[in-house]
Amino acid sequence: MSDVIKTSNLNPTFRQEVFEEPGAEKITLCFNCTGCTSGCPMAEQEPEYNIRKFLRMANLGMKDELLNSPYIWYCTTCYKCQERCPQGVQNVDALLKIRTIAVHDGIMLGPHKKVGQIVIKLGHAVPINDDTKEKRKKLGLDELPPTVHRFADAMDEVRKLMQIVGFDKIVAEEGEK
Amino acid sequence: MTKLSFFLGCIAPNRYPGIEASTKKTLNKLGIELEDLEGASCCPAPGVFRSFDKTTWLALASRNITLSEVMGDDILTVCNGCFGSLTDANNVLKEDAELKAEVNKILAQIGKEFKGTQDVRHIVEYLYQEVGPEKIKEAVTNPLDLRVAVHYGCHMVKPSKERHLGSVEKPTFFDELVEATGATSVDYEDKMACCGAGGGARTAVIDTTLKLVDKKLDNIEAANADCVVDACPFCHLQFDVGQTEIKKKFEKEHGMPVLHYSQLLGLAMGFTPEELGIDQNFVENSKFIERIRGGVK
Repeated sequence: MSDVIKTSNLNPTFRQEVFEEPGAEKITLCFNCTGCTSGCPMAEQEPEYNIRKFLRMANLGMKDELLNSPYIWYCTTCYKCQERCPQGVQNVDALLKIRTIAVHDGIMLGPHKKVGQIVIKLGHAVPINDDTKEKRKKLGLDELPPTVHRFADAMDEVRKLMQIVGFDKIVAEEGEK
Repeated sequence: MTKLSFFLGCIAPNRYPGIEASTKKTLNKLGIELEDLEGASCCPAPGVFRSFDKTTWLALASRNITLSEVMGDDILTVCNGCFGSLTDANNVLKEDAELKAEVNKILAQIGKEFKGTQDVRHIVEYLYQEVGPEKIKEAVTNPLDLRVAVHYGCHMVKPSKERHLGSVEKPTFFDELVEATGATSVDYEDKMACCGAGGGARTAVIDTTLKLVDKKLDNIEAANADCVVDACPFCHLQFDVGQTEIKKKFEKEHGMPVLHYSQLLGLAMGFTPEELGIDQNFVENSKFIERIRGGVK
């Protein structure tokens, strides 16, 4: 038996927030064909990951439960569900919007925060390391690629941009905000 | 000579520089000049950064695009993630004047402006649409007798509303380019399935994402493929580093060589595996390399 959904726990404005993403509002047209989840490669490996359920939760206003679900972070954004949806629901775009709302509510996974911090520090989500420097030399390439890694002024620009948009605060550790 | 600005992204230059070297060597042979997009950053990673904050995503992506606008060249990417992120950002900023003005207010503070004059291309769709399999065949000096499992990855063809590259369930253009090298593209179960890496999933829940790539590798082995050929350094990493992780975590060994299309094309043009960095994979692939060296038969 599923738990009863109490209307007193629902957030009536949440779905409007999600619907700001174009195509997310089509959730209201979903007739539960399950085409999205039955073809989902992640759902096959992790049954708790159910994008159809998440979008229905959004439509009902189950904000707290949804934003705190660890499974909203399992989507690989393969877009198979979005391509297949007969009602044109932009499932992946809607889920990304749900994640954005979570992040701006202070809900973010530690490893994702770290990736953000690395980009602020080094300009790359996957920065250079000694092993790759050696590999580059063997190929006749410069030890550092001609990216922000080689140009300090370019790196300064990236860091400044991140501050302007407030991304440094978004990925700051608790207590540093 | 056609000129393109070469956007490297993160994983190609910083984990698989063989992809960077192979792209330069092979496109040069096809008469395409690549100029480095100096000072570029992370694209930024679409599933992650766009998830977190749309303004941050657009600010970083548009800065990268402005670098190519100053050079007056379209951008060439060798990664599905970079292609997706930069294409989506480029499209939305070209279409939405209000958003463009908002982003330009941010960019003005670092002395930049997004104009919307350039396009973003992916090496595989570019070679197919602008060069074509016939011309590629003409450039092949060492036809490859290999059974190849083609992995399109997701973001080269999806979302189709942004990509317009035809069928997302059964595309053929990448297979045609692979077969232009003399290789055979073998069919395998769930060929269009995701490798599992994208959307920040590999970062967040690596063990579950490894199950996705493990299943793909099982299907590829069942089709007796000699190697995987991909179009994306992140898929490449998930297949290659992923195998070392699968070995450690699931005690299962695949031993499947993984090549980016630029590396496969490089072999067919007569470059050595070492010149293309194929020997720099994390999975041991010396038998495959010996076979290539023995005359690619």
